Amino acid sequence: MSGINIVASKLDAEEATYRCVVPAGEPWIREIRKGQYFRIVDLKGNQAADTLFYNAHDYSDRYSAQDTIREQKNLYLTTGTRLMSTAGNVLLTIVADTCGRHDTLGGACAAESNMVRYALEKRHMHACRQSFVKAVMEWGRGMSKQDVTSNINFFMNVPVTPEGKLTFEDGVSEPGKYVEMRAEMNVLAVISNCPQLNNPCNAYNPTPIEVLIWERQTL
Amino acid sequence: MGEPTIRWQEMVQPGAAWSHVLKRGTALRITDVEGGANVGAIFYNFECPAERYNIDTLKAQHVALLSKGCVLYSDMGRILCSIVEDTAGGHDPIAGCSNAALVKQKYGESRYQDSRNDYYKNARDSFLIELEKWGLGPRDLVPNVNFFSRLHVDGDGNIAYQPACSTPGSFVELRAEMNVLTILNTCQHPLDPSPKYQPKPVHLSICNVPPPGQDDVCRTFRPENGRGFTLTERYFL
Repeated sequence: MSGINIVASKLDAEEATYRCVVPAGEPWIREIRKGQYFRIVDLKGNQAADTLFYNAHDYSDRYSAQDTIREQKNLYLTTGTRLMSTAGNVLLTIVADTCGRHDTLGGACAAESNMVRYALEKRHMHACRQSFVKAVMEWGRGMSKQDVTSNINFFMNVPVTPEGKLTFEDGVSEPGKYVEMRAEMNVLAVISNCPQLNNPCNAYNPTPIEVLIWERQTL
Repeated sequence: MGEPTIRWQEMVQPGAAWSHVLKRGTALRITDVEGGANVGAIFYNFECPAERYNIDTLKAQHVALLSKGCVLYSDMGRILCSIVEDTAGGHDPIAGCSNAALVKQKYGESRYQDSRNDYYKNARDSFLIELEKWGLGPRDLVPNVNFFSRLHVDGDGNIAYQPACSTPGSFVELRAEMNVLTILNTCQHPLDPSPKYQPKPVHLSICNVPPPGQDDVCRTFRPENGRGFTLTERYFL
């Protein structure tokens, strides 16, 4: 797998059985059943959608950035990427992607890491980890901060150079670009629509995303 | 001043696990005795293990490779430990750990009944068993660092294991900036292409070290680290 891999979906948004617009700075949490298709749309462009997945039957088995990267021997997520869990299960497969590249090394922004990265006075600013913690607390079922682990940053561009440097670049996404996944098992999905204002990951203007779900398809 | 006094030293056998609460004010030196070792490592604030090593470590320092000057950040914006010495030239924070399926597929099967203590171990089970001993579990397993191993990354994001990164006697020294539950194992790197199960031993030594000064190599490595040390020092106020 290499380079930018643009693959459009055959699915019609009108036929989705679930649609929800998630405003910037808010979390979204829902179970996705095996066989369902799950799309995230960057409605206005250059908006990071920080995302966690869990095995719906065992939340201790969850999305693993390291296992996903190692299995495909590539740092970036795109069509064909199998999203791996810590126990070695395939949670979902990316089946369409009009953006072409998504990050999973950058992690989620947090009040505390903003203090390190930008200035000690940034603690008050809203951050993805606030949304993730709120979402899993309200979901309950024993979930806590321990379950907020390494995440995917859909629509975010964090290139690594051959010299081992990691940089945050302007997004490669544009209005209407999307990523679509097929659930390979029952999963719990948690999104934080990123409120970061300190770097270009949201083009300094966080905007809404849309989430769509289709029933099992014969494509 | 001269070399600090070694308080404790021991060998970690090939494929074995080790855990210890590294105390603030001490440093752990890990030496690759034979060359070609791999040490998988995870880190927790011992007082509150919900605070643990976090992938923020990479973005906070703009690195995808850990080496001298880098620190290991927790999810709370604080520094667990600092890499104050590194003669191996960089360490992999990306490729994760081996698991039972990977080890069986690469090396076949070797169980205790036949092989006694040379039976084949994998890094994931090793981490989980060691975590359990400290009252932690699978929900606490975080991305790990692989000391003495490195990846090559190309312009398209493809990763490849770099063989023979670490020569005999290479060492890395971790200074604890708080009391850090440190869990290690010497299982092979998950992308080690060798078809042979041949993990290597490492030597550990622990010394007392002075607190990091204003000109400390890790504090001055990046402006972010200056703030990270401030937040860590505030934790003890």
